Amino acid sequence: MGIARWFHQLASPPYLFRLAGRLAPWLGISALALLAVGTYGGLVLAPPDYLQGEGFRIIYVHVPSAYIGLMAYVVMAAAAACGFIWRIKLAHAVAASAAPVGASFTFLALVTGAVWGKPMWGTYWQWADARLVSELVLFFLYLGYILLRSSFDDRDKGDRVSAVLAVVGVVNVPIIHFSVEWWSTLHQGPTIARLDAPSITLDMLAPLLIMIAAYTLCFAWLVIRRLQAEILERERGTRWVERLAMEGPA
Amino acid sequence: MKEFLAMGGYAAYVWTAYGLTAAVIGLNAWLAQRRYRQALRQIGQGEATRHPHGQPTVRKLS
Repeated sequence: MGIARWFHQLASPPYLFRLAGRLAPWLGISALALLAVGTYGGLVLAPPDYLQGEGFRIIYVHVPSAYIGLMAYVVMAAAAACGFIWRIKLAHAVAASAAPVGASFTFLALVTGAVWGKPMWGTYWQWADARLVSELVLFFLYLGYILLRSSFDDRDKGDRVSAVLAVVGVVNVPIIHFSVEWWSTLHQGPTIARLDAPSITLDMLAPLLIMIAAYTLCFAWLVIRRLQAEILERERGTRWVERLAMEGPA
Repeated sequence: MKEFLAMGGYAAYVWTAYGLTAAVIGLNAWLAQRRYRQALRQIGQGEATRHPHGQPTVRKLS
């Protein structure tokens, strides 16, 4: 049983559609469960911060949003690149499905960051902060990708042109990641992803890790549902879709 | 309970952040599910009425 065979199957629309349909309920349920546990842990169980008091609890919704916003962009750009290089339509479908989800989580990272910044830094926004500005650029990259794709009537052309924008925009990803070290102004440095031990205690860290897992599952569920819709739209008129229309999704 | 809701004076910021998060994630789920349902509905009705190659389509009686 080869990995290569499995990859071939993944590139088959009916196979991917059914696999997605089988995974979706499990992803959705586990995402909801972990969101509930993580929220309870973050709001109730975690001790208040010695500097930021109860205000630091925003970390449990801010950091996972920022992480998904960035991760979704990498997924989108990698899928778009695969679609562009090997002309795999399903890869473009994955990129198109990840874009709106990534955009919404980047938006969340920006607004939850702003309402955290107000009491802690005394301002909602600071143009001189590289992390904030590069995160805003990420949001506009998503919007640009979505608008560019929707401006083409020809889906294949839209796939290819928007893929170029997605791939070029990847340069922003390391900029966001390292911005807090290269130009440290307001935004604090990394807390978890450090070479030495994380600078956070376990009872504060555990709910954060649970929330990150919950958001990742949530992202996977959202992308899979959108991907299923994309596949159906792209495959309309083929025999397997017609059979599906008669028999209903299994 | 009252103390919990007050969030040590940060209530406005903490609850705004959590409220916005719930709204955006909820909206995301609703939109994704709606898109999926629409796509399913479209394949269900599309084929019988405007089939590109004119082949007869057998429809399930329900």
